[in-house]
Amino acid sequence: MSKIKWGFYIFLIPVLLWLFLLIVFPHIDLFVNSFRSQNNLGDSIWSLANYKAFFSDSVYWYTFVRTAVYSILVTFLTFIVTFPVAFYITKVVSVKFSGFLALLLLMPFWVGELVSVYGWMILLRESGIINFFLLKMGIIDTPLKMLYNDISMIIGLVYMSMLFMIVPIMSSLEGMDDSLIEAASDLGASKFTIIRKIVIPHAAPGIVSGSIVVFMLVLGDYLTPDLLGGKNALWFTEQIYNEFIASFNWNEGAAFGFLLLALSTSIIWLALKITNQSFEKAVS
Amino acid sequence: MDNILEVQHISKKFAGHTVIKDLNFGVREGDFFSILGPSGCGKTTLLRMIAGFLEPTSGKVIIRGEDMSGIPPNKRPVNIVFQSLALFPMMNVKENVAFGLRRRKFTNKEIDEKVFSMLSRVGLEDYGNKAVTQLSGGQRQRVAIARSLVLGPSILLLDEPLGALDRKLREHMKIELKLLQAELGTTFIYITHDQSEALVMSNKVAVMNSGNFDQLDTPKNLYKFPATSFVAGFVGETNKFDISTQKTENNMMNITTKKGWKLEKRFFEDEEHNFLFIRPESIILKPDDKLKDVSRFMIKVKTILFDGSNTKISAYTKVGDERILIALPQNARFENIAVGDEMEAAVHHNDLKCYKE
Repeated sequence: MSKIKWGFYIFLIPVLLWLFLLIVFPHIDLFVNSFRSQNNLGDSIWSLANYKAFFSDSVYWYTFVRTAVYSILVTFLTFIVTFPVAFYITKVVSVKFSGFLALLLLMPFWVGELVSVYGWMILLRESGIINFFLLKMGIIDTPLKMLYNDISMIIGLVYMSMLFMIVPIMSSLEGMDDSLIEAASDLGASKFTIIRKIVIPHAAPGIVSGSIVVFMLVLGDYLTPDLLGGKNALWFTEQIYNEFIASFNWNEGAAFGFLLLALSTSIIWLALKITNQSFEKAVS
Repeated sequence: MDNILEVQHISKKFAGHTVIKDLNFGVREGDFFSILGPSGCGKTTLLRMIAGFLEPTSGKVIIRGEDMSGIPPNKRPVNIVFQSLALFPMMNVKENVAFGLRRRKFTNKEIDEKVFSMLSRVGLEDYGNKAVTQLSGGQRQRVAIARSLVLGPSILLLDEPLGALDRKLREHMKIELKLLQAELGTTFIYITHDQSEALVMSNKVAVMNSGNFDQLDTPKNLYKFPATSFVAGFVGETNKFDISTQKTENNMMNITTKKGWKLEKRFFEDEEHNFLFIRPESIILKPDDKLKDVSRFMIKVKTILFDGSNTKISAYTKVGDERILIALPQNARFENIAVGDEMEAAVHHNDLKCYKE
């Protein structure tokens, strides 16, 4: 009896240490910090000034809403791009080949986000590969400006998020009996109806968990918007970075961090409510 | 045009391997038609070609006089009940049954009426709002059948739908399916490897063996007059013996099995035979001395396989030491048979079935 308990605690302790030392305590500290600021004498006092600053300056608001809208858009686009791929790998190709295709999907992640983003920059920049070929073929006279705008940023974000969407969708599709598709077809359903009424509802838990992960990763991403979006990117994480590093205003940065946390939590909650999905089902 | 389904010289090849070989048959309207065969004989391939999930390599499927070549499954007047049932887990019972109707653009009111009348027909009118996962095996079965039948198909195809049920429920569903078919009058094409399912339910059974039909007949004829040794061995229980020599004199055929058991059979048959089949229930224990046209032999009881009304004894013939399974009639006369007993047994000449291959 006591032996089992010991084993349990031995495995529990690292989890608790990780949870409290790296997540709970720093967040408590940041939370406290976000409610503190300095008065005219330079003394640290309790105040709501950091949150007031956010609501009074329209650029913060604008960035905040923009980040949220673009994160939702990127999540949706990632779903649109990966769903056919996931369906193809799990249901269309033979089992032998599907393992190989899944491996191909993984490969970009062996080099890390930074290298992948630079890869996109090499492709898209004015002296880049795409412009080079377009010029050579005489389709355009002057190089196109494809980098440092919202489209290049979205391309990069979708690309970085694909794996996190495709893996849960694939695993939920793998558990689907192929005869469901045949049965629906036999009962008179068109291909589009089968996808809409049978395949997507069946893959819903995978789609939900993939969407949650992608949404949170995109919302909290810094590198890709910064490198591919350029100066106009206005990603909310950049505001947080600016407060912490450039302005050295940790209190303001902490307040922004908590606003971002509240944003992501409420959007996910709302999305789950609207689509009538349960969080427990998606994460299990 | 009596036949609702005509299969004309159909063949199917997969990567050079022929699965269906030039099959040709018709099914009459209102029949309960079974295709019986061991796994891998091509029966599921045949069913999928009728349903439209596979196109035949050559030949035609004709339903109600219309050539079905190139017509996808969602446009054919046939519906299929899958082995796995394939009920949609994200929908409740009602929605499952209504799925096909919704695709056909019926109004909500019509759908409600049709679904309700179909569900009451299969005895599930109170289960409409239940999730399919809440149902028992037999109920799920009935939902799957209702889902297909509500569309009023010309033919209902059933791909071993009773395979996943336990024995007791299977016996029950067999009878229920037959009654349902008789009541509705829809043509059923039923695929199975279980000979008892095929015999009990159908009015026509095709026995399929490596891509072709060995025999297409009524269950009774199939059992009594198997056309080939495969049918004799596959349909019903039987004793099989290898024949080593066969001599014909004075209209009597003297058969000797490999192990040396000797039997005789009247009626002149010119052909050379290699196999002998005897059904367990055609062996008469302690036959009357006056019985004519029988082949008599002595046996020794080895074990008694008690199974209620289906009790059999496993015995050895005195001559030749061939093992033979004999059905034991459940009456007082045979109650005292014990292991080690020796007695006379006999078989009618007609019940000795000989085959060449």
